[in-house]
Amino acid sequence: MKTLKDLFRDYRFAISFCILVVLLIFASLSFFSPYDPTFWGTVPRDLEPSWTYLLGTNSKGQDIFWQATFAVRNSLIIALIAASLSRVVAVLVGMVAGYKGGFTGTVLMFISDVFLVIPLFLVIVMLAMLVREKMTLITLGLLLAIFGWAWDARIIRSQILSLREREFTQTAVLSGTGTVPLVLKEYMPFTTPLVFSTLINNMSWVIGLEITLAYLGLVNLEIPTLGTMLQWAISYQAVLLGYWWWILTPIILSILLFVALYWLSVSISEYLDPRTRIQRVGA
Amino acid sequence: MTFIRGYLIPRLVQYILVIFIGLTVVFIIPRLTPSDPVRRTIAQLRSMGSYLEPATMNSFIEDLNEMYGLEGSMLEQYGAFWVRLFHGDFGVSFFQFPTPVNKLIKTALPWTLSLLLLTTIISWTVGNIIGGLAGYYSRSRWSRVLDTITMVIRPLPYYIFSFGLLLLLAYVFEIFPVSGGTDIGRRIEFNLPFILDVLKHAFLPALSLVILGTAAWFQTMKLVVQNVNAENFVQYAKLGGVKQGRLVSRYVIRNAMLPQITVLALQLGQIFSGALITEIVFSYPGLGLLLYNAILTGDYNLIMGITALSIVAITTAILIIDLLYPFFDPRIRYS
Repeated sequence: MKTLKDLFRDYRFAISFCILVVLLIFASLSFFSPYDPTFWGTVPRDLEPSWTYLLGTNSKGQDIFWQATFAVRNSLIIALIAASLSRVVAVLVGMVAGYKGGFTGTVLMFISDVFLVIPLFLVIVMLAMLVREKMTLITLGLLLAIFGWAWDARIIRSQILSLREREFTQTAVLSGTGTVPLVLKEYMPFTTPLVFSTLINNMSWVIGLEITLAYLGLVNLEIPTLGTMLQWAISYQAVLLGYWWWILTPIILSILLFVALYWLSVSISEYLDPRTRIQRVGA
Repeated sequence: MTFIRGYLIPRLVQYILVIFIGLTVVFIIPRLTPSDPVRRTIAQLRSMGSYLEPATMNSFIEDLNEMYGLEGSMLEQYGAFWVRLFHGDFGVSFFQFPTPVNKLIKTALPWTLSLLLLTTIISWTVGNIIGGLAGYYSRSRWSRVLDTITMVIRPLPYYIFSFGLLLLLAYVFEIFPVSGGTDIGRRIEFNLPFILDVLKHAFLPALSLVILGTAAWFQTMKLVVQNVNAENFVQYAKLGGVKQGRLVSRYVIRNAMLPQITVLALQLGQIFSGALITEIVFSYPGLGLLLYNAILTGDYNLIMGITALSIVAITTAILIIDLLYPFFDPRIRYS
């Protein structure tokens, strides 16, 4: 409780927490939606926002409010699948490569270097073209998980490397602490905030990439996500026709989501990192 | 000598291996598709109403197979793929049919390169200078205001940000042209009106890349400077009466620059794909737009060409930055 209270003292945490809670409630409203999001023509087309249709309707004859609830939910699902899977890989690779080093470490870092150096966006585009017909939320999540770990594995490794050089490691090793307890007990407190902030950052990377892939038409456009919503609005010329409620809904929702995720990650990692906490308190 | 054997050679081996693996991936992925590009070409020709005799059809199929590099077994294709790569030949584009991929890339490349180079240099310099100052004077008001602004801009992906900018400045306020690299139908000539036209069209894509890039550099630099500032040696220098200017430039900035150079190397790939996405949003006639059209038409030769080129370009750029690193950081001795 105290932790939460401390965290709320940071305005960024308070704001982003509230935004995320609202978005989560918004997303869970989709379970009560009166319409099936894949059906067209369930409501009159191209209506401005009104009390009956809170966010108006689009040219496909769908209620944008309910469509958006599904979009936020699905985007979050993809992000959670991809980000949590790639976290497992990133932590394992980073810790092994950082602490053990040697041949295994070199090989692991080589693999992650390959991932970093290759323009992943293009490779993902090529792969997405391959599975375009069979693209579901889960395939997309898996696809992005395969590519999302390399950068963070490197960050975790470099932190472990610097921890390994610190004096307390020498003390621990010399006083007979084994590798596993050392990594778990001594290093984990340092790496947990890092893992957590990379998790959130990775989630927003995934959501952003989903939007981009949707714009390129490389995901299943029938599944409502933030990306496909925007893509439909653009392909129906909502900008030129002046249907601002259609184009702005996914844009504003995604901006809120990105900013909230980012602020959450920054404020939590600052809170957990004692060095910046001292700076924040001003000691 | 130890530098060459201990660092340079392994690094070069790694470089070659990365390119090798990357290009092999580029070779494999399109071949996993169930749809056959040759059949698709023929189907498309048929749908346009052209009829071919069976004999001509067969020789046509053979020609197409050759053009797409689909002759012989997988291994033979793989060998031929490398031979073609070494000749810098990516075959024929499908979406602009008989034009070679090379020619399309050659036309698009200068647009992308100039946009990317310019925006990277501007945002790296500006972001680092402002970020460094904001980190050093982190308690001041303007530093906090800037920090909040970047906190909003930073998390936005290239696509959302440039699209928002496009909506705002091209549709709502109509200050800048909506799309393209020049006015429609303008011929390429080197005189003042043409260059001004190019600049006017490139302004929005460049602006969105610069703002996003600057925000990112600003933030990391600010954080690094804040941390360096808290280090003992800086505190000691301060107490020892080192002059402010010297303290900032020699003690703080110099140490803070090092991670920024590494990050530049690591982020090149991202900057590159960010530029591609921005180009697509603004229909800027570079590699990104070419890629977009290639995706829409399923033009694998063209996608392979763009991907292969960017793999080689980005790995080389990173290699160069890595090799230059010891010149910036005397503490790094590769051994």
